[in-house]
Amino acid sequence: MIDTNQLIEIRWHGRGGQGAVTSAELVAQAAINEGHYAQAFPSFGPERRGAPVLAFVRISSKQPILIRAEITEPDVVVVLDPGLLPIVNVTLGLKASGMVVVNTKKQAEQIRQEFGINWTLATVDATKIAKELLGVPITNTTMVGVLVKATGVVELDSLLEPLEHRFGRLAERNINAMRRAYEETVVKEWKN
Amino acid sequence: MVKKVGIEVSVAVADAAKLANVDVIAAYPITPQTHIVEHLAQIVADGELDAAYIPVESEHSVMSACCGASATGARTFTATAGQGLELMHEVMYVASAMQLPIVMAVANRALSAPLSVWGDHSDAMAVRDTGWIQIFVENGQEAVDNVLCAFRIAEDQRVLLPVMIHLDGFYLSHVIEPVGFPEQSEVDQFIPPYQYPLPLNPDKPVTMGAFAPPFIYSEAKKVQDVNLRASKEVIMECWKEFGNRFKRHYSPVESYRSEGTKVLLLTMGSFGETAMTAIDKMRGEGKKVGLLKLRLWRPFPFAEIRQAVKGAEVLIVLDRSLSYGGPGGPVCSEIRSALYQQEKKPQVISFIGGLGGRDITPAGFEEIITRGIEISQTGSDQEFELFGVRE
Repeated sequence: MIDTNQLIEIRWHGRGGQGAVTSAELVAQAAINEGHYAQAFPSFGPERRGAPVLAFVRISSKQPILIRAEITEPDVVVVLDPGLLPIVNVTLGLKASGMVVVNTKKQAEQIRQEFGINWTLATVDATKIAKELLGVPITNTTMVGVLVKATGVVELDSLLEPLEHRFGRLAERNINAMRRAYEETVVKEWKN
Repeated sequence: MVKKVGIEVSVAVADAAKLANVDVIAAYPITPQTHIVEHLAQIVADGELDAAYIPVESEHSVMSACCGASATGARTFTATAGQGLELMHEVMYVASAMQLPIVMAVANRALSAPLSVWGDHSDAMAVRDTGWIQIFVENGQEAVDNVLCAFRIAEDQRVLLPVMIHLDGFYLSHVIEPVGFPEQSEVDQFIPPYQYPLPLNPDKPVTMGAFAPPFIYSEAKKVQDVNLRASKEVIMECWKEFGNRFKRHYSPVESYRSEGTKVLLLTMGSFGETAMTAIDKMRGEGKKVGLLKLRLWRPFPFAEIRQAVKGAEVLIVLDRSLSYGGPGGPVCSEIRSALYQQEKKPQVISFIGGLGGRDITPAGFEEIITRGIEISQTGSDQEFELFGVRE
């Protein structure tokens, strides 16, 4: 499990345009609103729509965050796009105690076998939820719901204000998608 | 002080300019400064700030427009980075010599070629002789605080000089982190409306930046140098007043766990926090090492640097820019120069790193310190070491 008393480092894998940076930002804002220290930032560079991108979040409930470098040994990785699994090594540097949060319509067991992911897996079909509730396959806010359910890094309600601020009249739909993903999340741990 | 909010540092810097109630913003977007001026454009378009926003066709025009605006007595703000700062270069001398109190945020960026949008201090160092006050910040809160201080310093009648606030591109500009903002009324008291002494005014013509033949040019330059040096007292006074009001304290050279240590590392800007993490780890292992952070780059704080290194035997300086074919890092070079006449001084070891956005992790800082100590014992035939470079 993720120890929320320690510094938690989260790496987001998405494609340019899927909103990985926005979801990282929303989670950091929720954590800050809860009174924690937090930091969110993109992988720096001229990113292109559709190309694999990274975003990062650090959350610390006890100590200020005194590090400014990309996260290389994350506690959690979040994968917004299932198409990234065959082409990006999403578990690179992931701590042994870490967790993979992935958007997929497959069962966790299948993901584990297909991609050799032996870490705790949290899965949901976020693309389906996003298409149904948002009308577009943009899964960033949906996947925030999965992250929150699987890790408890922030309270789900702490995301409401950041989502409303960010999305205005579109906030409600995004909140619904996030809540539904939260409900539908399946977490599988493997006994070694 | 109100509760801290999670905000992108660029947006926070724009909000600070808004709190300072600027009259004129002239800007041209460039990565990684873009979000600052984009947000200001939005604020002005939404009617939240009564200011003239002048979108121009280049940074050369930005600085020219800023000079004109500032000369009329308007409170003037802009932001830039990297190549943009370089394109302003010649006009920046005009701004300082004509005593125009412009405030500019610089999202420090590497210089081409090869093209790099990422952060280092090459742009900041290239403009060190333009006569501006240059202040480096380490995090978003410091960026907001020092943008506010910059207006008060720049507009002080004893100073009347332009000020750059240097925040590292991406490392600060693109990070969402907790930042607290003072109330508008508190800012209004801290930066009161000001009166430019001799503004451009068609009804009352004045001559500004006149022609200077050889018989007067040297005197003009002497005055400029004396004035920039003297601004240090006002800068420190401003930080003291800021500390009294807002309980956050700034000084030209800041130290972290440096008391009684023989080995010191010196950094500038956003790398200070990562270096602190490395220092904590090494102190935990019983290694007596400390950190200095150089906040004020111009005017250079000679007395404070000399004081801060007293008792140290090794001073390791990390630069984030390179003076090709010269002494290496400009910061190290100036510190060596500042200490040269001192009877007792530490060995000064020069490292360059973090060029073009390459990270230095806490482990990297440990490595720099360990290697620096080694060089102090064995000596080196190199002017500097480029940390982590593949040869």
